[in-house]
Amino acid sequence: MFDALSERLERISDSLRSRGRLSERDLDEALSEVRTALLEADVEFSVVRAFLEAVRARLAGAALSQSLTPGQQVIKAVHDQLIEILGAAPLKVTYASRPPTVVLLAGLQGAGKTTAAAKLALWFKQQGRQPYLVGADLQRPAAVEQLRVLAAQVGVDVFSEPTDPVEVARAGLAAARRLGRDVVIVDTAGRLSVDAALMDEVRRVADVVEPHYTFLVIDAATGQDAVVTARAFHDALELTGLVVTKLDYDARGGAVLSARGVVGRPVVFASSGEKLADFDLFYPERMASRILGMGDVMTLIEQAERAMDAEVVAESAGRMVTGTFTLDDFLAQLAQVRKMGSLGGLMRLMPGVTREMRQAASNVDEREIDRVEAIVRSMTPAERRDPAIIDGSRRTRIAKGSATTVAQVNQLLRQFSEMRKMMRQMGSGGAPALPPGMGKLAAAVKARGAEGLAGLPAGLGAAPARPAPPLGPRGKKKKGGRVTPPKQR
Amino acid sequence: MTVLYVVLALAVVALVALALVRARRRTGATATAPAEPLPEVLVAEATAIPTLGAPGLTERLSASRGVFERVRGLGAGRLDEDQLALVEEVLVRSDVGLATTGEVVARLRADGAPEGVALAVRDMLLAGFDTERAPREAAEPGRVPVWLVVGVNGVGKTTSIAKLAQRFIDQGKSVLLAAGDTFRAAAADQLEAWATRTGSEIVRAAEGADPGSVVHDAIGRARARGVDIVLADTAGRRPNSANLLDELAKVRRVADREPGQVVETLLVLDATTGQNALSQAREFLAAAAVTGIVLTKLDGTARGGVVVAIERELAIPVKFVGVGEGVHDLVPFDPEAFVDSLLGA
Repeated sequence: MFDALSERLERISDSLRSRGRLSERDLDEALSEVRTALLEADVEFSVVRAFLEAVRARLAGAALSQSLTPGQQVIKAVHDQLIEILGAAPLKVTYASRPPTVVLLAGLQGAGKTTAAAKLALWFKQQGRQPYLVGADLQRPAAVEQLRVLAAQVGVDVFSEPTDPVEVARAGLAAARRLGRDVVIVDTAGRLSVDAALMDEVRRVADVVEPHYTFLVIDAATGQDAVVTARAFHDALELTGLVVTKLDYDARGGAVLSARGVVGRPVVFASSGEKLADFDLFYPERMASRILGMGDVMTLIEQAERAMDAEVVAESAGRMVTGTFTLDDFLAQLAQVRKMGSLGGLMRLMPGVTREMRQAASNVDEREIDRVEAIVRSMTPAERRDPAIIDGSRRTRIAKGSATTVAQVNQLLRQFSEMRKMMRQMGSGGAPALPPGMGKLAAAVKARGAEGLAGLPAGLGAAPARPAPPLGPRGKKKKGGRVTPPKQR
Repeated sequence: MTVLYVVLALAVVALVALALVRARRRTGATATAPAEPLPEVLVAEATAIPTLGAPGLTERLSASRGVFERVRGLGAGRLDEDQLALVEEVLVRSDVGLATTGEVVARLRADGAPEGVALAVRDMLLAGFDTERAPREAAEPGRVPVWLVVGVNGVGKTTSIAKLAQRFIDQGKSVLLAAGDTFRAAAADQLEAWATRTGSEIVRAAEGADPGSVVHDAIGRARARGVDIVLADTAGRRPNSANLLDELAKVRRVADREPGQVVETLLVLDATTGQNALSQAREFLAAAAVTGIVLTKLDGTARGGVVVAIERELAIPVKFVGVGEGVHDLVPFDPEAFVDSLLGA
């Protein structure tokens, strides 16, 4: 998400970087670009205006820093203001001293409440809780059925009955108490903010269950209306925070800024995919860095931890540094990475990836990777272990077997041999060929605790940091990594 | 080249993950670590988070509701920059998008508005809605007409199908619904509930079944029974996933094979969606040859102005709009009424 915004800001920073001083006109120009970027990203009109005023105030008020160029100062001001709007740290989700902790989900039709309810239940379960779902959406046909199916997938019980939403909520809460569940998640029907009767109904549901958390579930692709909706629900329900859904849809997601800016409540959870595990606390600082194209290493690492099979990775990683990496290892690793999500998405999280590369990655179709896999799978075990034995006739056979051309097979083999060369260099501590983002990744691991680094092969840990791009908030980012709460299982 | 980079990235990620896992083992934080002691509720902490840094936002938001009136109040003749800014604000707030807004403002700046600003803007926007928008209901002789309904998750595809079915039934036609969303939990149940309510037939399969085969079966059944039209539901899909769009293209091919014929492929768009709707339209047009748009949830506070940009840029006409929860709340798109509502009339 936010691609459009970060790209535009990158462009602005390029044009400003070349200047020695920032004149009033330069500033106007830069801010007008920021404005366009925000509006294109669907940030609400008034929120944009307030944002620009705040950025301007920051720049006017702050003493001119000697260490930053004017361009960097604009970017830093934008970054700091983004953080201020998004909130500095993720909201700490705490629990009622007298369980159950009650969570109420509300929102427009189609925002993703039912899916979010199931994802939230899974999240609480992973925190060691015993969640209970209450299906109070009696409006949409089969909504409760959908909740039951999803809940079964995450192994959580659902309460619902065909009475009325307020009654269901009351009875559901009572059932949760009886069963000794410590978290109750109430899913409600989608409703338009202008529908007085339904808004009144959800208010009565809230009165009955007295939620500790009332979340507005909002679609990240929402346009200018995000603000109107968020305000209406806030007025009716006193929101605790927002759950943003469908963050994987595309580049924009200005709704996050709009709703956050106008309601003044934090985005607590972010949901970004079809899988029920694609759900996590919202980390504002990471998001701000991502908006500005600084990558998001922490999320990348966490995704890796979650999705990857440590044993498989350990085995092939060992061979990687000793230079005995085979095409079988390559296949295994490719499978692991693909489990983490789309390549385009992963690329976005990588720091130090240029705009062009990111674009290339989101254009790489997953089919190209399929083809690479097909080529490797068409090789015999011996060939995979030692690609050097692949001669002309073997190449022809492989190309036929994988429905590709000999040229494509050649290309893969060439790339693989280059890759092996680089790995060997990495393993021997040279690491000259490390792509730009990698040094930073290693640094982020360091920031996360030297303990972790102990397990890293010397070559990688010692990777020379590339010349740091002159961006202010870089140091902060690592700190952001350190405050990440350790995952409980 | 990209693949190479990705693999290197992966290599490092893998090493990092490995290191972290080892570290955790060493520190003895085993998988079965009990949850830390539960703190008391701290919701108060959340409510204390300040609103947007700049002052006066709330007041300005309330004031913004008056913008639409003020534009309509603007007189004829040349416009000054403040007035142009007002026009810009109205259009941006309606989700029309910066490109169209920029064009309108530029023309107003150059030509002025001899007959009043509201009228000039109205005419410019209406000029974009010049695509033929009558829905196609008839297939070639001997083939079963199919309307394929596509879109991202949560825009209202299933509900729109129910409303379309009701529309045909009101016209005295027989309808068969194909439950082609075999992905989302209980989607077929939802459609079946609507089939019962509207008096349509339905063909459905188990969850996870091949959507193409559901559509194929539906067309076969429709032909055998002489049903007038097939309305095919599809799973909601992200517009940026090649696999999902491929699958959709395949469903479309199946539906378009004899004896079926796809006469309309309707993209359902949610009026609350912002500029992302434009990329949705682009992707679905490429993957499924979209022939029209159903704009839903126009009964809320959103104005759905992004369809102006879509029709101008991609020439996909809006054919129907959803204006309520009831099964009759789907009406043919009326450009004039729509533009008037964009401008707050």
